[in-house]
Amino acid sequence: MPKSKSAYSIPTKKQKPDTYIFVVWVDNEAGVLARVVGLFSGRGYNIESLAVAEVDAVKNISRITIVTTGTPQVIDQIRLQLTKLVPVHKVAEFKREDKGVIFKEMALFKVVGKRNKIQKCLNACKKFNPVILDETKTSAVIQITALRREIDKMNKRLKPLGLISTSRTGAVAMTRGAKIFN
Amino acid sequence: MPKLLTGAEIVFKCLEEQKVEHIFGYPGGAVLPIYDELKNHPSIKHILVRHEQGAGHAAEGYARSSGKPGVVLVTSGPGATNVVTALTDAYMDSVPLVCISGQVPTHLIGTDAFQECDTTGITRPCTKHNWLVKDINDLSKVIHEAFRVATTGRPGPVLIDIPKDIQFAKTKYKKQNKEKKLNGKSHNKFSKDQIDELVKLLSKAKKPIIYSGGGVINSGPKASQALREFVELTGFPITSTLQGLGAYPGDDNQFLGMLGMHGTYEANNAMHDCDLLINIGARFDDRITGKIDEFSPNSKKVHIDIDPSSINKIIKVDLAIVGDVTSVISKINKTISKRKNGHSKSNKSNIAKWWEQIEKWREKDSLNFVNSDESIKPQHAVKRLYELTKNKDTYVTTEVGQHQMWAAQHYKFNKPNRWMTSGGLGTMGYGLPAAVGVQIAHPEKLVIDIAGEASVLMTMQEMSTAVQYNLPIKIFILNNQYMGMVRQWQELLHEKNYSESYSEALPDFMKMAEAYGCKGIKADNPADLDDKIQEMIDYDGPVIFDCHVDPNENCFPMIPSGKPHNQMILGPNDQEENKIKGKGKALV
Repeated sequence: MPKSKSAYSIPTKKQKPDTYIFVVWVDNEAGVLARVVGLFSGRGYNIESLAVAEVDAVKNISRITIVTTGTPQVIDQIRLQLTKLVPVHKVAEFKREDKGVIFKEMALFKVVGKRNKIQKCLNACKKFNPVILDETKTSAVIQITALRREIDKMNKRLKPLGLISTSRTGAVAMTRGAKIFN
Repeated sequence: MPKLLTGAEIVFKCLEEQKVEHIFGYPGGAVLPIYDELKNHPSIKHILVRHEQGAGHAAEGYARSSGKPGVVLVTSGPGATNVVTALTDAYMDSVPLVCISGQVPTHLIGTDAFQECDTTGITRPCTKHNWLVKDINDLSKVIHEAFRVATTGRPGPVLIDIPKDIQFAKTKYKKQNKEKKLNGKSHNKFSKDQIDELVKLLSKAKKPIIYSGGGVINSGPKASQALREFVELTGFPITSTLQGLGAYPGDDNQFLGMLGMHGTYEANNAMHDCDLLINIGARFDDRITGKIDEFSPNSKKVHIDIDPSSINKIIKVDLAIVGDVTSVISKINKTISKRKNGHSKSNKSNIAKWWEQIEKWREKDSLNFVNSDESIKPQHAVKRLYELTKNKDTYVTTEVGQHQMWAAQHYKFNKPNRWMTSGGLGTMGYGLPAAVGVQIAHPEKLVIDIAGEASVLMTMQEMSTAVQYNLPIKIFILNNQYMGMVRQWQELLHEKNYSESYSEALPDFMKMAEAYGCKGIKADNPADLDDKIQEMIDYDGPVIFDCHVDPNENCFPMIPSGKPHNQMILGPNDQEENKIKGKGKALV
């Protein structure tokens, strides 16, 4: 390795990164998503998936759900930096393994093939609430809701059965029970 | 029916309500309606700069020396892009700025119109917040909100982009809504328990050190007062970051000098060996910490900061107190005083040994240098400048480089808001326009820009501003014909390959002064230095002082190359034994 002649320190100890889900409540105004996403790219944080939509039309609040990876120190920074943004109202974060929180993603699969193949696809998706949204003699659009890795798996499994196109959302999250985020 | 005002009128109504007295700006097509309105508002004085970057830095100097937000007015496109450096500088150093930029009319936004740029897009990462006002009815609310964001919490720059048609459009003026919208951003939520815990740590400490930063200055003069009381009550040694200089008197015995890469031997060793480190309004910058893994390895760390995201960002701390420095320190002082009345035993005796150790480090006299009769040593020049101006309540700005570090080392500040330097971003060309802003805020005071000849050429055009408004700023150039800090690193790290760091064709600064219509003074002989400095001080008007100094001088002491605080290189006498080798090179 060539000698570094940088004016800065060399990175040292590296902690193991974990996957976290951030839920961010923001004013639904122009540029707010750019601020949030820009914070991630500007500070070198990672975004695995992103879901955003208005959830309160009266108060004009949107809810952004971001899946990211980072060491505990980085995750702390992400929360604190997000909280500083002017249009951000509150920020919650969860470990992916958190049993108290439901995480869901939705996927649309377009399968082209004979009836029996489509039926096989439906069977394969059985655990993930499959819904047929469109059907022709030679094709079907199947909607499932599941975890990210489950959708990853289905994506692979359906390929040989005629899957030609996948469209999927980012994760959304909701706590179990009567509690809400605060 | 209430009177309808144009957008341009509303801008000034808001500025008046915010008690703005000065704006720094440069006109252009997309802000002409605002400039047209200027004449109707005699309480607001516009300072015409020569480049928008100068407007930004001048506003920074104004803000940092006065505690009030600096206001900048620029046009769209190049006007806005030119101010980006100053906004970023203000963002890094937490300076409250409100920048108003013109924008092309709303119906042309997005069409690549003449002098159009995505100003809010460009400035999003370098402002606390920014707004593009597309509806005249939002304008007054946005401007007031902008002032609130810029000045509350950790201060910083904001930008309001106002399309030209909005400046012409009419609506009713809405006064500032006094109601505080916190939005989960309370900045003063520390608890009594935290204070008690800190006081407990104070009483147990045997080797404590206080490390204060720019947050103390930003919290206002009361914070410096509280800090002085705190240091007196505890008897602890105190060191300061570059930005914190002046919060505690630089000539006091409990002050160890600046810490960090070019800090003193005693300050850095005390940071390394301490058992209690109290960070007040500083952010563990990488120029301060040196090698993170070996940073102050055996200490309990306390961090007092108004910005929650500063805590645990770089250094894990044991006790974090989020709050405004003034309120936190005042509360601590009260708690200590109360306890002391209970039992008279102070912990000053606990730390007597520690002070002995510190005195030993002090004996190294790490800021020493070999003076000369033949050439002016830059350190000597700063020392003489200090001696000859210290009784005058002088305001000092700097550019960036060796001269900046020498100024920080050898000029002792006794009051907050007297020292304006670009620390976080390290912007060459900061000092001259900043001096313009400082002089506007303090017309009667002595304002000196300690400069390097390379830095000062980056914003030299603002001399014209100084002459126009008869601002008697003194530009004290330590002229060594090199980009000195670049040359120093090349000498230490790149085998003296002085690639492009020598200035081959420097202007004659005397003639330059004449051309701008100010006074030029040149010094190249140590024997004349004092007289010439005195001449500069006594001259009522702007001065360019060309001080020819030894071109080979390096800035010491210095934490080299991936080393922790306790392995500094000292001055020339010490260097033979302590050459930077191998891996060390990476970290200078």
